[in-house]
Formats: sequence, structure tokens, C-alpha cells
Amino acid sequence: MNFDLVFDPLFLRPFLTGLVFAVLLPLLGCYLRLREEWLAALALAQMAAAGALLSLLTPLPLMAGGLAAAFAAVLLKNAFEGGRRGRQGAAYALLLLLGWGLSILLVSNLPLAERIGHALFDGQLYFTELAHLVAALVCAVVVLGLLVRLSPQLLQAHFFEDFFRSRGGSPRRIGLMFDFLVAAALALATMSLGVMSAFALIFVPPWLAWRHARSWRSSLVLAAGIGVAAYVLSFVLALVLDQPFGPLLALVLVGLGLVEALVEAIWQRLHEIVGTS
Amino acid sequence: MMNRAPLLAVDMVQAGWSLAAGPVIGPVSFTVAAGEIVGLAGPNGAGKSTLLGAVSGAARVFSGRVALADGARLALQTQQLPDIDGVPICGAELLRLTGAPIAGLPPWLGHRLSLRMDELSGGQRQFLYLWACLAAPGEVVLLDEPTNNLDPAGVDFLATALRQRAAAGAAIVLVSHDAEFLAGICQRTVNVVKVGS
Repeated sequence: MNFDLVFDPLFLRPFLTGLVFAVLLPLLGCYLRLREEWLAALALAQMAAAGALLSLLTPLPLMAGGLAAAFAAVLLKNAFEGGRRGRQGAAYALLLLLGWGLSILLVSNLPLAERIGHALFDGQLYFTELAHLVAALVCAVVVLGLLVRLSPQLLQAHFFEDFFRSRGGSPRRIGLMFDFLVAAALALATMSLGVMSAFALIFVPPWLAWRHARSWRSSLVLAAGIGVAAYVLSFVLALVLDQPFGPLLALVLVGLGLVEALVEAIWQRLHEIVGTS
Repeated sequence: MMNRAPLLAVDMVQAGWSLAAGPVIGPVSFTVAAGEIVGLAGPNGAGKSTLLGAVSGAARVFSGRVALADGARLALQTQQLPDIDGVPICGAELLRLTGAPIAGLPPWLGHRLSLRMDELSGGQRQFLYLWACLAAPGEVVLLDEPTNNLDPAGVDFLATALRQRAAAGAAIVLVSHDAEFLAGICQRTVNVVKVGS
């Protein structure tokens, strides 16, 4: 085990890039969870990966291809569901399959796509460039800035849909704006962290935070905290153990979930014992 | 007494939820002025909620006219509460979403605002939702079956709050299957009829 690597300036840029998404994705994940759209995150990440690989056939840079595909996925999702909630699950599943199918075919047929595909699906954090960090920071500023303004409307549209409509609000328009924010963040995160790492960060921390938070505000803080803690631990473990980052992040987050469930089960059992004695 | 200009005027409205199904209620006409509480009565399925939907813009108006006074804001509470189980939002945050003040809440609810909504009883949740709309800034208040899930103390508190809100200048429209509640609180009651009946 080599702990010196953790403090190597070579890894500072990848670390900071991932850190930005470790804060941003769990925050977005809380709203996705509220809208029961967490599966959309996986579909958008998969479509972003397919878009990045497709861009190899064009003069477009990978990041532009990923962003374009994620935005196209948002439009397809909204066109497919027609604003009706009941159809969303099917739209996400179809987009997920579309992205996966395209990605695998491109990886199989383009020599360059094979290497990039590996990075996208395994997690390529250590190979991030300055452009990734700059894109992540710009994305964070824009997404967080807009999310602060959108948040009250998203919550009002969810909890008081008719009230929101009666004041001239459009739940569909607000939803579409939010979808584009998620697509942008996920596309850029996928380019840096890989498909499953981005999905893990947007899904697991909010899931854990929701079980313990006492308010919406505290759920956001807790989700971001869990995301950052899991990310830092995974980053250090990956360097020290010389293992790929993506799978370690997923395993650390799943491990946190298991530990939390175990602690809660023991706590409840103790409560029962104390209550009956 | 001088007649005040209505904040809400519903004139010969026929309304429904979809173009294909066509209108399901009407024609219905009524007006509500500031300080008035008007009830919409009728048996289950008569279309009372559809009429509220027509006023709020959620349902389609096929004929007739809904007119809201210039600058008047609607505050609408519907029967369907969103599924709140597992969602970490507390009562105080919920009230902030509509701008409803905490002052005036019944004492049995006022000290529970820091709890998560899914830790409250069904009646407490219902009252908070109701309060979030009833006390929200707005000139025209529309409430759909507000007494659902409320115990007698909750219904009494609601009646008092409605009178205070009307006295403060709001125009209130209530939908309820509870004829006794409507008779006790409304100045007028409008019977909603299905198309063709």
C-alpha cells in the first residue's frame, strides 16, 4: 500500500473534479427521488456515454457529444411521456437500453471507442484533464445557481400541484428545466467518473439521507455530506490499493447502505428489548 | 347594504376533464365577493371538484366563462394529498412553500411543525395542507372537501379560521359532501348538476 500517492499533486486535479460532482449529484438526486425519477439518472448517464462514443464519428469533442446525447434523451423522455407520470418508467428503461445498445455496438466496431468505452464504464477519474475540472466547476456554478431558484417551484409543484397551476405555474415546464440541469450534470460527471459512479452518487446518498433527515434542508446537507465522505474514502482506497475507482465508489456506497441498515436493525431490536423489560 | 364587486364570477360554465369525454357538469353560475363563503353542494360524482378544476384552470371549460377580478390570486386545496411517506419535509417547510403563516395554527399543531410530515397523523397532515392553502396569500380561496380526515375539534377550528379569513377580505368557495358543515358556514350554497340532469 502506497499512501504517498494520496498526496501526489498529479492526482489533485482528478480529485477536485470528482469532488465537485460528489457534492452536486447527491443534491440533484434528492429532487430526482422526490419526483420518483431516480432511474432517469442511469438512463441519462448511459445516453451521455453513448453520445460521447458517437462523437468519435464526428469532429465533436467527447464532452459535447455526451452533453448533446443527454439533452436529446431529455427531449425524447418528455416527448414520450407527454407529461404523464405513469409512462415515465418505460421512457427511462427504453433510453437506458438505447444508450447501452449504441455504446456496446460502437465499442465493438471502433478501435478508439473500445478504450474510451472502457474508461466510461469502468470510471476514468485519474485521466481527467483540466477541461474536465473547468467544465465541472462551470457546471456546478450554473446548476447550483439555477437549482436555488428552481427548488421552491419544484417543491411547490410536487406538494401543491393544483395550487402551483392555479398561480400560473406549469409543472411540466419546471420539470423540463430540471431535467436539463440533471442531464448537464450527469453528462459531465459521466465523462469524468464513469456511468455507474455517477449513478451511484446521484442515487445512494439521497436514499440514505432521506431515512434520517428531519427536514428537506437537512436532507440536502446530509446527502451531500454522504456523497463527499464516500467519494473521499473511495478515492483514497483506489489509490492505496491500486484498484479502479468506479467499482470502489459503488461498493463503498452500497457498504454504507448495508452498515446503516444493520445499525438501524440493532437499534430497533434494542428498543424492543428495553420496551419489553 | 351595497353589493360588492365579485372577486370570482362563474357564468353558465360547462366543464370536463378531456375533449374526448366532453363536459360533465353545468351549466353552473355563481359569484363570490370579498368576505363571502359560498358552498358547492351535490352528491358524490356530481362534478363539484370538476367545477373547482374549471375555476383553477386544471379542467377544460367547454362553454360559459370564469372571470377572476384583476390582480386576484387563487389559493387552491384539492382532495388529493401527495404521498408523503418517506419524504423528509417538515411542517414548517411545507407552509413556507405557499407562504402561509404559522401564526393562527391550532395549538395542537403549532408545536409539531418541526416534525417530518410522515410523523404526523392523517388528520394533522390534512390540516396542515389545508392551512397551507387557506392561509396562503391570496384573495380567492378554493377548498375541496376540507373536512376530510378532520376530527370534530379540527372541523370547529377550520370553521373559525374560515370565518376569520373571510372577515379579512377573502372570497372563499368550499366543496363538501357535508351539508351540515356547509349550512353552518356558508352564506350561499350552489348545487352542482351533471350535464343533462
